[in-house]
Amino acid sequence: MTPEPFLGTTEVAPVRHHILSVLVENKAGVLARIAGLFARRGFNIYSLAVAPAEGNARFSRVTIVVDAESAPLEQIVGQLDKLVNVVAITDLAPHDALERELLLATLSVDDANRAAVLDVAANTGASIVDVNGASVTVMLAGTPKACDALERALESFADVELQRTGRVALPRLVQTAIA
Amino acid sequence: MQLTGAQALIKSLEREGVDTIFGLPGGAILPVYDPILDSSIRHILVRHEQGAGHMAEGYALATGRPGVAMVTSGPGATNIVTPIGNAHMDSTPLIVITGQVATAAIGSDAFQECDITGITMGITKHNFLIQSAHEIPRVVASAFYLATTGRPGPVLIDLPKDISQSKMEWWYPETIEELDLPGYHPEVDLNGAAVARAVELISLSERPVLYVGGGALKSHAHEELIAFAERTKMPVVTTLMARGAFPDSHDQHLGMPGMHGVYSAVTALQKADLLIALGARFDDRVTGQLSSFAAGAKIIHVDIDRAEFNKVRRADVTLLTNVALALRAFEAAMATPQNLDVWWKEIRTWQERYPLFYEEPTAEGPLRPQHVVEAIARAAAPGTIVAAGVGQHQMWASQYWPFEEPGTWVNSGGAGTMGFGVPAAIGAKVGRPDRVVWCIDGDGCFQMTAQELVTARAEGIPIKVAILNNAYLGMVRQWQEMFYEERYSEVYLSADLPDYVKWAEAMGCVGLRAHNLKEMHEVIAIANSINDVPVVIDFRTDSAEKVYPMVATGTSNDDIIVHPIQRGEAP
Repeated sequence: MTPEPFLGTTEVAPVRHHILSVLVENKAGVLARIAGLFARRGFNIYSLAVAPAEGNARFSRVTIVVDAESAPLEQIVGQLDKLVNVVAITDLAPHDALERELLLATLSVDDANRAAVLDVAANTGASIVDVNGASVTVMLAGTPKACDALERALESFADVELQRTGRVALPRLVQTAIA
Repeated sequence: MQLTGAQALIKSLEREGVDTIFGLPGGAILPVYDPILDSSIRHILVRHEQGAGHMAEGYALATGRPGVAMVTSGPGATNIVTPIGNAHMDSTPLIVITGQVATAAIGSDAFQECDITGITMGITKHNFLIQSAHEIPRVVASAFYLATTGRPGPVLIDLPKDISQSKMEWWYPETIEELDLPGYHPEVDLNGAAVARAVELISLSERPVLYVGGGALKSHAHEELIAFAERTKMPVVTTLMARGAFPDSHDQHLGMPGMHGVYSAVTALQKADLLIALGARFDDRVTGQLSSFAAGAKIIHVDIDRAEFNKVRRADVTLLTNVALALRAFEAAMATPQNLDVWWKEIRTWQERYPLFYEEPTAEGPLRPQHVVEAIARAAAPGTIVAAGVGQHQMWASQYWPFEEPGTWVNSGGAGTMGFGVPAAIGAKVGRPDRVVWCIDGDGCFQMTAQELVTARAEGIPIKVAILNNAYLGMVRQWQEMFYEERYSEVYLSADLPDYVKWAEAMGCVGLRAHNLKEMHEVIAIANSINDVPVVIDFRTDSAEKVYPMVATGTSNDDIIVHPIQRGEAP
């Protein structure tokens, strides 16, 4: 196993985020049902990731990071549970969850700053996935904090194109199915 | 047995026990209209798709069985969106079948195409876009299962034309497992610990109120409610959605709470130390200003939908079950409050001081709308079903009609859909042909959906419609009078345009009119003597009459406004 990457030194502003791992039937329109529910009830989604679950074509797992400031978690879970295509909802408390996220960033480089970019990549545990004369693309698969740290470290460079996936999460050891 | 998708759909509806479909055909649903000719199911041809939806709702509210409506794609589908939204707000079991353009044309902006599953996503319990003829039986069975279990609601089935024309080998799901609904678990268990907590709260209470909502009717808790209330001697209030769940004639019934509730019902909730909310959802029209609503009360919240818990008002105990089962559990545990004599004494004082009140009409008119409702009720056969539109007339009907049993009040509560009354009354009469059905309507509402009286006449559905014609959009007028310094903006309709009697006659109905008390009694008697065609009566009522009591929006229920004469003011 590769070691945990550098987590960065700067704490992100505390936000009351909750991670809901939602198992859904893999049917047309399911994502629209979830997004529509959040929109009409005024719940905020911080990030969202969807992929087939457990190698089973019947179900997908939607990992939703919700802003529990926008509505009580109980209300969000209760309404979500009423969607007929939602099979199970697991509330992952941050300390019980393994969360990972992927960050890709392409930076314009020249002879003057190429070394600095490589330095940042090395220090944050990011890998170099593409290099050409004028640009470098770095990738980090890590905790959201690690991705935050890399994002901050890249702020000092001009001309950065950056994309994060939003987090996926699974319970660490115990999980509590709440719906 | 090989069937077309269209045949499979009709056969599936027959399997679900459907006896009536309210609908209107069109291009995309055309294939389904052919096997209807060979079916035992009665099809009622409406004049507008909104009428089909409200008729199906009226049928469901009067019978407790799901109503079924069928329309074509595009505008046919969008015209039924209002009834779907209405059924969603009032948890009415409704099945809506819409035709859709052929599968290959979906997404191409084809003629009469619209994304009706997308449009109704937020106002259905669930909806289906059928993908193959083979799945039609499973989708229909699932739709009925979803619409009628748990918290009931509308379910829409969108059927593309090519699928209704394609062939399938007939089958029908025999078990719930075959429905393939892994995310739907409507069965709930009574949590023993929560019941014990509730029983304890009840035992400590000195000023309890049974706050009865629509869930009590949906779960057929009528008998359990009477038994529990009578043993415990607790006062009962029934919300607009629960009228009929507890007899109005019962000595423990305070009536309807809320914005236009009875003073004693509103005030009992305010002063209670315990509310037992039975399938009620703390709607803003009941609570008034939330922060001051029943401020000293503990809350026991019984609901089949857990998303209702702590949504509006935090509960001390929640019971995720239906009202009938919860009441049985309370009875089994012999839940009993403290002695309520002092509480009842207080309540009786409010009842005596501020009963529902209106000024007696003068003999020559204009009529008082409340008085008209009472006169119709007095002359009505026992078990008469009453439907209403939305507005002042609806509030007067809910206040002054004596509801004695479930299924006798057909009304649009959560959505407040004007024009609901006439088609809903027609649907109720179709579902309960043995009952007399009156629609208490307003002149504004009547003009929205009156064309369905053509349907009623053509199909032999003899409902009676009482238009409380005050020549205004009366509820809006009332608000403009009270809160906008009598600046009347776009609320005048005229009492004479249209001529309601001629309009009724043009639709094949009997049209009658009453200006004064003598005429009022005469036309009611005539209406009651006619049982073969619909009757419409134009009652000329006082435009200035307002609904009292009233809790102004956003104000506290403590600041309930009673009739000016009860306040000691000149009217």
